[in-house]
Amino acid sequence: MIRWLLLALGGAVLGGIVHLATIIILPRTATQDAYSRLARNAPVDRVTPVPAPTPQAAPMPFMDPAFAVAVCRYDLSQGPLKLSVPVSLAYTSVSFYTRYDVAYYAINDRAAGRRVIELELMTTDQHNQMPEDEDITAADRLIVESPTLTGLIAIRALASEPGLMPMARSTLAAAKCTRQEPPTD
Amino acid sequence: MRLLLGSLFALAVAAIVGLGSTYFALSRGAAFGPLTIGSWTAWPKSGTVDADPYVQASIARIGRLPTALGDGLAFTATSDDRGRPLDGRCEAVLSGVTPAARFWTLTLYNRDGELVANSVNRFGFTSQEIVRHADGSFEIVVAPRANAGNWLPTGGIERYVLVLRLYDTPVGVSTKAGREVPMPSVNVRGCP
Repeated sequence: MIRWLLLALGGAVLGGIVHLATIIILPRTATQDAYSRLARNAPVDRVTPVPAPTPQAAPMPFMDPAFAVAVCRYDLSQGPLKLSVPVSLAYTSVSFYTRYDVAYYAINDRAAGRRVIELELMTTDQHNQMPEDEDITAADRLIVESPTLTGLIAIRALASEPGLMPMARSTLAAAKCTRQEPPTD
Repeated sequence: MRLLLGSLFALAVAAIVGLGSTYFALSRGAAFGPLTIGSWTAWPKSGTVDADPYVQASIARIGRLPTALGDGLAFTATSDDRGRPLDGRCEAVLSGVTPAARFWTLTLYNRDGELVANSVNRFGFTSQEIVRHADGSFEIVVAPRANAGNWLPTGGIERYVLVLRLYDTPVGVSTKAGREVPMPSVNVRGCP
């Protein structure tokens, strides 16, 4: 009897380890996570509009139907990325996600304070390699450091009433994400 | 033989406990640091790099993109203020005011996060669309049949989820309790 109890206890402890391991591994093995769902239709380094959710079909669950959404999937291994998003009438935001859907940075039109949100995305290494004087002369450049080489940028524009949706969509159509060529020196 | 049986038994217990608790944790949406106000719950850290492994696992399993904290904060309600589940065949009333935010949206989903089909193609409200009282408060009727005023149709489904998203808001990680954050009350009434 004692023997079986001990075995059950040992099994439970092992079960705890299994639990923690599965929780930690799950985001890395999920095939239906947001990044994988969007990656199918989103080429790298290009702004791609995401279809609006309907009751019949939605690119991902829990999308806000009041927003027009576009994504730019990035790969920084070839160099930094430049992003420019014109600001729409109501509310525009840009959110940055890692390959595993962790949101690490977001900015909205008011925080950017201009008519166009302009950002540069690079890894910490690429940021460190930047010539220092360039960093100073362009003090108003907004530089975001990505913790991972690949990831996703979600650009959202609010249509505060359904009639404004075409306008929000056209704002996003003018957004650009382009790879910067590495400096030749 | 006894050794083999014993280790098989221990491994079976480990598998059941380990996978069972993982499934339970993810289907219940367990995570650290929830911010609960009335019937509304948000996980402010889920939209930051400090998102704990439970939040990350549940986000990956559902397949959604979390709202980044610099963008906004999403509050979810699955029951009313007295703990009664939100039933699409009943009538529920949201009333009151929302916390300070530049914009907010309210959306109705089924349990899987899909929009619910209805005759008027209304899936939610934005803060600009709502009809308010003179003091700025509002009332939204969530019901299967048409209502005067702000009517959010449920499509008659059994269980639904309400998500209130605040955009460009100071509400977040430093917010501790509901006193400084007024959320609309949710009340189920008139259940057939």
